[in-house]
Amino acid sequence: MHIIVVGLSHKTAPVEIREKLAVPESRLREALSRLCAYPGVREGLLLSTCNRVEVYAVVEELETGYGRVQEFLADTHLSLSSEHLTPHLYWHAGDRAIGHLFRVASSLDSMIIGESQILGQIKDAFEVALTHKASGLLLNKVVKKAISVAKRVRTETKIAETAVSVSYAAVELAKKIFSNLNEKTVLLIGAGEMAKLAARHLIANGVRQVRITTRNFQHGLELAQRFNGTAVPFDDYKSELAGADIVLVSTGASHYLISPDDVQRAMRQRMSRPMFLIDISVPRNIDPAVRPIDDAFLFDIDDLHMRVEQNREDRLREAAKAEQMVVEEVAVLGQWLQSLEVTPTIVALRSRTEDIKRREVDKIMARLGHLSADDRAAVEAMASAIINKMVHGTMVTLKAEATSAGGAAYVDAARRFFNLESAPTGYPAGHAEGPDEQEGSTARNGTDRRVDTSLIPNTTKEQGRRVS
Amino acid sequence: MSSVFFMLTIGLYFASTVCYLAYLLRRAETLSKVSLGITAVGFATHTVALAARMADTGQTQLPTFHEALSFFSWMLILVFLAVEFRRQLHVLGSFIVPLALISLVTAAAFRSDEASSIQPVFKTLWVHVTLSMLGTVGFAVAFVAGVMYLIQDGLLKSKRFNVLYAKLPALDYLDHLNQQSIVMGFPLLTLGIISGAFSAEIVRGTYVNWNPEQTWAMVTWGFYFAVLVGRLTIGWRAKRAAYLTIIGFAGVILTLIGVVLKSHGSVS
Repeated sequence: MHIIVVGLSHKTAPVEIREKLAVPESRLREALSRLCAYPGVREGLLLSTCNRVEVYAVVEELETGYGRVQEFLADTHLSLSSEHLTPHLYWHAGDRAIGHLFRVASSLDSMIIGESQILGQIKDAFEVALTHKASGLLLNKVVKKAISVAKRVRTETKIAETAVSVSYAAVELAKKIFSNLNEKTVLLIGAGEMAKLAARHLIANGVRQVRITTRNFQHGLELAQRFNGTAVPFDDYKSELAGADIVLVSTGASHYLISPDDVQRAMRQRMSRPMFLIDISVPRNIDPAVRPIDDAFLFDIDDLHMRVEQNREDRLREAAKAEQMVVEEVAVLGQWLQSLEVTPTIVALRSRTEDIKRREVDKIMARLGHLSADDRAAVEAMASAIINKMVHGTMVTLKAEATSAGGAAYVDAARRFFNLESAPTGYPAGHAEGPDEQEGSTARNGTDRRVDTSLIPNTTKEQGRRVS
Repeated sequence: MSSVFFMLTIGLYFASTVCYLAYLLRRAETLSKVSLGITAVGFATHTVALAARMADTGQTQLPTFHEALSFFSWMLILVFLAVEFRRQLHVLGSFIVPLALISLVTAAAFRSDEASSIQPVFKTLWVHVTLSMLGTVGFAVAFVAGVMYLIQDGLLKSKRFNVLYAKLPALDYLDHLNQQSIVMGFPLLTLGIISGAFSAEIVRGTYVNWNPEQTWAMVTWGFYFAVLVGRLTIGWRAKRAAYLTIIGFAGVILTLIGVVLKSHGSVS
């Protein structure tokens, strides 16, 4: 059994390809059942967003599995052939596939690193796969783990903390001047696109009072309606300054609309209450000589750009930490996957019983020193016979169920009954430190699904492999 | 026992100061947790030290500069822990804990265990010292808020968005903290001065004799009165308030130095 991913993203494919491959929500179910109908495909999950289309699957054979999934992708759109698609696809299996999902969920693979939408999209895709029973024990485990990794990245790094757009940088700065935006009034002078966006962000962050002034009063009225604010005549903008905590200026004017005198006058009326002026216009509309005025904070478009640039660097630095977390988490999950294998369990069981027998035999031999060599051999043989007969049933069952639906559950039970210490920390069901707290429900879901017991995470063979 | 806990507290506050100063420059948030933990332990040992000292000498001895400063330091940490608990304002620790450490080290320099018999009239002196110190704590927090305000204001104006910028809170919160501290500190200082005048009347038969210490105290009181009235009426807030509270706190320190010099007989 192999966990694989085949897909393409904004990094490998242009939008013309991505849009053709994208599967609308209404057709997800049909697509999933088509995917799982391919022979050798045990489980499947389809992630389709505007930036990526990826198929996660559990397949019996690696090579044919890749082929099936690629076939499936090519079939989603009539005009797409495998040859068209291949140059844009990536393939990963085992730890690499799991690591890829973790990176995608943590938004390390996103166009804007740290954006939060992708996690919701993965949850949705998982929900669909669950309801249509396309996802089974393995994918359930892996996807749930991916979601928890993404949450860990979000809380333990600052990857999503800073603004990465000019309009949002304005909000971030406002929050360093005003701790609470609820009571603040924003004055919009002119209505450039970026200013409107910034105003929308400010409103989303609590600003309730919006006053809008544009040269075209009618346009101002329309905007006021949209922002639930008040339109004021353009001629009055200077007298509006004193009442505004945040002033957003973006007009097409080719000269300064706001002079240091205007601001000074406003500051006197405001009795030194701080004022945040954002000039998004080019050419600038606020005289830069306003800068030195106490308690007035002027930022122009370059300042905002600089802030965004710094934030981007911060995010990249945080992303490096997150990558490390992904590596750690993949290792933990890898241990769990390994523990589901039958062979190592049987080996561990043998060595455990052998160990018990050895100790007991040694103990009794110390007291039965008068026995002859033959008698000693007989006692030891008896001990071996008892122990072997005791575990024989378990061994046979484990081997027989290796490929059956309940296989993993038997492995789990055997490991627990015989207290096989070698079970790694990531071990499921009842182990407090297991990689997924919700394992119990996963296992239950899993038992009535097709379950793979002999998954061997394939780490080296197909690294970076590309089918040509 | 008191002295053991006292020295332990100094050690803990020192460690916490080092951590909090490092926190100012580093991105690591865990540093603030470590610092807070050390501060909290230090506060506990400090409480024990104060209580033991009171049990030892409180009933028999005059309040000395040592007790006053130690109490001041203890209250500062208490205020910090309260603000930290409510607002998670870690960076405040980087400013308040060093101040508490300085006052505790100064207190250590004035520690004396010689017992002097107490006359009943001096009990009002305890009230005077306690109230004045509580008022001073308010001004100290206002001072710290003022310093933080000026730093953040400077960073915003010069557009230096560094680690410190990220850690300092919004300007208007710092201004609010400044105002609250003075609003709380001023009435306490006023009561402290009044109780001081009463004890002076009992001791010397006169409420005020305008010695340098008293004069400074009155100047400081007048200054903070002006700061408070100016803020509430003509908008002395933000940057101006920050400057004023820093100057005011300098006045407070001078008054305290006056008290020390007097109690050591250098000033008649």
